[in-house]
Amino acid sequence: MDVLLLSRIQFAVTIAFHYIYPPLSIGLGLLLVIMEGMYLKTKNPLYHNMTRFWVKIFGLTFAIGVATGIVMEFEFGTNWATYSRYVGDIFGSALAAEGIFAFFLESGFLAILLFGWNKVKPWVHFFSAMMVCLGAHFSSVWITVAGSWMQTPAGYHIVGEGMEARAEIVDFWAMVFNPSSMDRLVHVILGCWQAGATLVLSVSAYYLLRNRHQEFAKASMKIALGLAIFASIAQLISGHSSAKLAGEYQPAKLAAMEGHYETAPADLYLFGWVDEENETVKGIKLPNMLSFLVHNDFQTPVTGLNEFKKEDRPPVQIVFQSFHLMVLIGMLLIALNIMGVIYLFKGKLFTTRWLLWGFVGSVLGPQIANQIGWITTEVGRQPWIVYGLLRTSQGLSKAVTANMVVTSLIMFTIVYTLLFVLFIFLLNRKIKIGPEDTTDLPKGQIA
Amino acid sequence: MFDFTHLDLNLIWFVLLGLLFSGYAILDGFDLGVGALHLLTKTDKERRIMINSIGPVWDGNEVWLVTGGGALFAAFPDVYATLTSGFYLAVMLLLLSLIFRAVAIEFRSKVENPRWRQSWDIAFSLSSILASFVLGVALGNIIWGIPLGADKEYMGGFWNLFNPYALLVGLTTVALFMMHGSIYVLLKTEGEFHKKARGWINNCIIFFIICYATTTLATLVYLPHMADKLRQFPILFIVPLINMLAIANIPREIYHNRSLNAFLSSCVAMVTLIFIFGGGIFPNFVLSTPNPEYSLTIYNASSSVKSLNYMLNIAVIGIPFVLSYTIAIYWIFRGKVQITKDSY
Repeated sequence: MDVLLLSRIQFAVTIAFHYIYPPLSIGLGLLLVIMEGMYLKTKNPLYHNMTRFWVKIFGLTFAIGVATGIVMEFEFGTNWATYSRYVGDIFGSALAAEGIFAFFLESGFLAILLFGWNKVKPWVHFFSAMMVCLGAHFSSVWITVAGSWMQTPAGYHIVGEGMEARAEIVDFWAMVFNPSSMDRLVHVILGCWQAGATLVLSVSAYYLLRNRHQEFAKASMKIALGLAIFASIAQLISGHSSAKLAGEYQPAKLAAMEGHYETAPADLYLFGWVDEENETVKGIKLPNMLSFLVHNDFQTPVTGLNEFKKEDRPPVQIVFQSFHLMVLIGMLLIALNIMGVIYLFKGKLFTTRWLLWGFVGSVLGPQIANQIGWITTEVGRQPWIVYGLLRTSQGLSKAVTANMVVTSLIMFTIVYTLLFVLFIFLLNRKIKIGPEDTTDLPKGQIA
Repeated sequence: MFDFTHLDLNLIWFVLLGLLFSGYAILDGFDLGVGALHLLTKTDKERRIMINSIGPVWDGNEVWLVTGGGALFAAFPDVYATLTSGFYLAVMLLLLSLIFRAVAIEFRSKVENPRWRQSWDIAFSLSSILASFVLGVALGNIIWGIPLGADKEYMGGFWNLFNPYALLVGLTTVALFMMHGSIYVLLKTEGEFHKKARGWINNCIIFFIICYATTTLATLVYLPHMADKLRQFPILFIVPLINMLAIANIPREIYHNRSLNAFLSSCVAMVTLIFIFGGGIFPNFVLSTPNPEYSLTIYNASSSVKSLNYMLNIAVIGIPFVLSYTIAIYWIFRGKVQITKDSY
């Protein structure tokens, strides 16, 4: 294999593994603020136990998120040095802001969140939870801004020519608010909230099915279900807006998402298989629906892949399939959450076993959807590393050979497999041990 | 936004990076040092004291490296790209050790099985030593110079990085962090354990001073350019003087049982060392051998003035916050380590 393919695989492996954890930190971070806020308001020790239990899980996901995140920061330079030189002037300020505004905030206050229970007043602890949550959200802001700039560059100009060319910043705010950054940020954060909410739902539903920690599980479930239903429905709107945006700024990506080759009114597939050779799609479709969704009109043509030279098209099948699976999972999550709310109001949620099993499994939904959502958008950007400006093949490090990447790729594969196994083992253990029961304590007293 | 473009922003960012890496050395330096000393303790209780002495703060300390790396990428993209791709396998080794360190701290306490704990203890200690060593080796290569082409790309191989001088700087870094870490342990413990840590310190200081003297000698013999600035501006001699006084002051403070003063002296020694290093390489960032004209300097490898100005705005707004809550958090966790049910 050549160094390009190997570097792409390595980047995909390391970012995909990393991205299991930050969404959990972001989603759980928000839920922790709600839980601890409820405790301070009601003084009900149930919420205190809940916060303590989820803080421990948060600590576990955070540690792996940090460890795998440092890899990402240096991998831009190790494998994509030419790209780093090209975008450093722009990308760099976002990364620096990420460090200064997000990571310090998150890791600093995490100390109090994890170890400060008896060292600070309850409101200071609550404030720390808010800062950790804010830091986690900030960390998604800056990296999403930088990633969006690679999709829809703005606020820059190109200086130099040939090998010396690079993008330099002209307008900071135009870079930050580039056409896709805010849409993408909303989409990312809603995905994170769903990841956090389904983890809480899943563990709580499991406790209910096993007749353990009933009160804890019911209260946790109510909080998480609130966030889950909001985020899953809002995600539908956000997703619609993101796809429209892709149609406007990255027509090749939108065309690949639906396997749309000829510029004409476009169909929307529910399922399908792209025949890339004959440039057709077999599947179940809603005729002209894509045109309606993008242009509010069934007859307006949508730009097809044939408008682009073969070497300027993204891989179609993988973009098509990951996009459709993501949408399917999103719909299933909405359906599950709506059922959950209906059964909650009917007073039957905590006893309806099939629905509880649905929630146990739901934790995988946002995780898979987040991963394949990124595949849709990143593979859909190909063959560009910076859309329209720099090809992925031009971004490589010149000093790095295929053997070196093979070595590091093997290393990451082994280490990450080990980490994942241990993470699941420890998570499972924590869930089995469960929350501490201090409900027999007098009100307001902390164990 | 403020406009700082009338200033020498390249120089300002060079100094700011020096401060960021000083912050990293002072803070992560002691927890890497604690890791390097970790296996000198034998019982589970002692090891928990070691880990919990850095428990609440180690990942905040590591953020200084993350931010330093981000700032290097932002301010000097060519330096970041050349060094990380040129030192590819060494960077991978550093990342590997940082991953193992982070998860060892987090995972160790979760299961009470002695073999589980012993494995993570070893992982924690070895990865701390390896991370310090690799960072030092990288530093050593930057001082020595590396083969760079006209295209700013590294032309050497993996083993070129492990030349004797770089290995020496790597060893010195480990020794420095061990000394720093042992003083930190002294600061955070009491009773029997405190006495034990005092025993480590003397050995660490001797180890460090031998490394330090050898590195200094080797630098003056082989790399006289590192002293150019001292010859130009003799007033700067005050910096190595402060450095030596600070190091000499450490055993004195330990003798009088003033561990905080000893720790602060160690911090001063680190900051002055980084100043001497920065002043020595300036205005080069990465010296190219054998073609000095291909060197990456703080002017030819930087981002645009506009970008540096935006980043300085970000730093000016952000750094006061970072410093104030970092100090607050260290204040909250001041005093001796107490093992509670929230501890690792």
